[in-house]
Amino acid sequence: MTAIHDSVPGTSGSRNPSAATGRRPSPGRRLSRPVRQRLAADVGLLVIVASFVLPLLWLLFASVDKQPGMTVNPPSSLTTDNFSAVLTDEITFTPMLNSLLLCGGATLMTVTAAALAAYPLSRYRARFARPYLLTILFTTCLPITAVMVPVYGLFVQTNLIDTMHGTSFFLATSQLPFAIWLMKNFMDGVPVALEEAAWTDGASWLQALVRVILPLMGPGFAVVTVYSFIMMWGNFFVPFMLLISPEQLPASVSIFTFFGNFGSIAYGELAAFSILYSTPVLLLYILISKRLGGGFTLGGAVKG
Amino acid sequence: MSTTGIASPVSKGRPGGGGTSPGDPRGKGTRALRWLPIAPATLLLLLFLAGPIAYCVYIAFTDMQLTGQASASFVGFDNFERAFGDAKFINAVVLTLIFTLISSILGQNTLGLTLAALMARASKTVRSVTGAVVISAWVLPEIVAGFLLYTFFNKEGTLNAVLGFLNLPSQNWLYTLPIVAVSFANVWRGTAFSMLVYSAALSEIPKEVTESAEVDGAGAWQRLWHITLPMIRRSIGTNLMLNTLQTLSVFGLIWAMTRGGPGGRSETLPIFMYDQAFNKSLIGYGTAVALLLLVVGALFSVVYLRLMREEV
Repeated sequence: MTAIHDSVPGTSGSRNPSAATGRRPSPGRRLSRPVRQRLAADVGLLVIVASFVLPLLWLLFASVDKQPGMTVNPPSSLTTDNFSAVLTDEITFTPMLNSLLLCGGATLMTVTAAALAAYPLSRYRARFARPYLLTILFTTCLPITAVMVPVYGLFVQTNLIDTMHGTSFFLATSQLPFAIWLMKNFMDGVPVALEEAAWTDGASWLQALVRVILPLMGPGFAVVTVYSFIMMWGNFFVPFMLLISPEQLPASVSIFTFFGNFGSIAYGELAAFSILYSTPVLLLYILISKRLGGGFTLGGAVKG
Repeated sequence: MSTTGIASPVSKGRPGGGGTSPGDPRGKGTRALRWLPIAPATLLLLLFLAGPIAYCVYIAFTDMQLTGQASASFVGFDNFERAFGDAKFINAVVLTLIFTLISSILGQNTLGLTLAALMARASKTVRSVTGAVVISAWVLPEIVAGFLLYTFFNKEGTLNAVLGFLNLPSQNWLYTLPIVAVSFANVWRGTAFSMLVYSAALSEIPKEVTESAEVDGAGAWQRLWHITLPMIRRSIGTNLMLNTLQTLSVFGLIWAMTRGGPGGRSETLPIFMYDQAFNKSLIGYGTAVALLLLVVGALFSVVYLRLMREEV
């Protein structure tokens, strides 16, 4: 199709209906234009990418540098001291475990509630289904940041403040609207005929959901799970507001308490910890994007 | 209840005969019971989202303070009147507008579209590298991104080193132009989303359309303006709405970079709200600001819903 695309020079005045059938003019022209276009696009992209990559490079370099400054510089001498300095219970293991419990529990809640809710929304018709979905979509967009002050007030009054379960309930709820929306859209793509086979064999709706629909929307289910987890893992404001005891803080907040006083930061250690803390979500993202053949875009799920 | 209708098949491949299959468990039990699965999600949303929002509306009209919970009394619109007479609040509103304009509307949106358009033409290797780098910036936890960009914009950071190398004047960005620094930080972090949305949208434009425009002699800019942009206008609308809503609630990034300073010159509404509620212990006032933020968010959401109406 690129051959067709470039077979007709942009300056050609008359519309040629036979162009679509693949008329081929001189081969010289045909090759030069796409190559030039591609080179221009490549150069443009590389310039933009350079500005995106500099802060990331700093992170990589500083984490293995003995005396890192704030400027990107290849490390003068390589060291793993920064990593061994932060690999302690207090700095890395406890906060990471807290993050895992907090976000893992919340993801489990989100995904379960979303899958259950998506099933009737995808399979049955009811007058309230559309308003319900519209409300969900509306909630997806609300700035959660804005409700944190009242949530703090409510949590103080109900003794949920500074508890892991209270915080993970809230985290789960904050991701729930988008999870329901995504899950319902993915579920819509699973043909009802396959479920009917399960019903004929006497399966209940729950069995059909767990054994037939969820496996069939495999990548979709993984996307919802991983996306919810990534969003919670990186969330700073919610645990920052709702958790107080240092031993309960997840990595997103502990990084701040350990390194937040800019005066005397050990940049190498900060970088090393940042890498440790970021790796799980980067790996998870690679996992889902690979599983969907690299073509995965949340854009597809939210496109207008 | 009569609101629930007969189960409607979603698939197109349903066998000819109407009605439910013999083994269809949906035929059993009452129709209302079928909707039971939405209960857990609904309960969570009511308790942890609708509840706080209702509570938010209530506290915004009281003088609740962090210390004296019992003494909270109804004060009507005092908190709001106070806000509109408060120079620091007005400052926060202006900064939020600047932040949204630079980072969401100009930055993420335009850069995301540019990246998507270039990626459609670039070679495979460059395309993959671009995707990996830009998406990494997006997937990184917010607070890590904050630290990275703090060092990047710092007086002794990478940006000044690059400017020095190019013989351009350097600046103490976080001190002279903090709001611009945090806006660019948000562009760095958020552009991947727009890039993904626009990549999906551009891939859906049929090749024949652009080709026939080219045949008719339309130049690159004309094609962009008259063909591409109109064809992806719904994606543009969606993307602008979602970007703006995300930008309105940015807290961690700014908090890690400047904490709203220096002197409140990067104090957007979320930071202002937090500062009033917790550092100044004025929960009532802080919540009133939160409510305003929520209302602005809700208005944007309604516009977004109108754009998405046909999807539901």
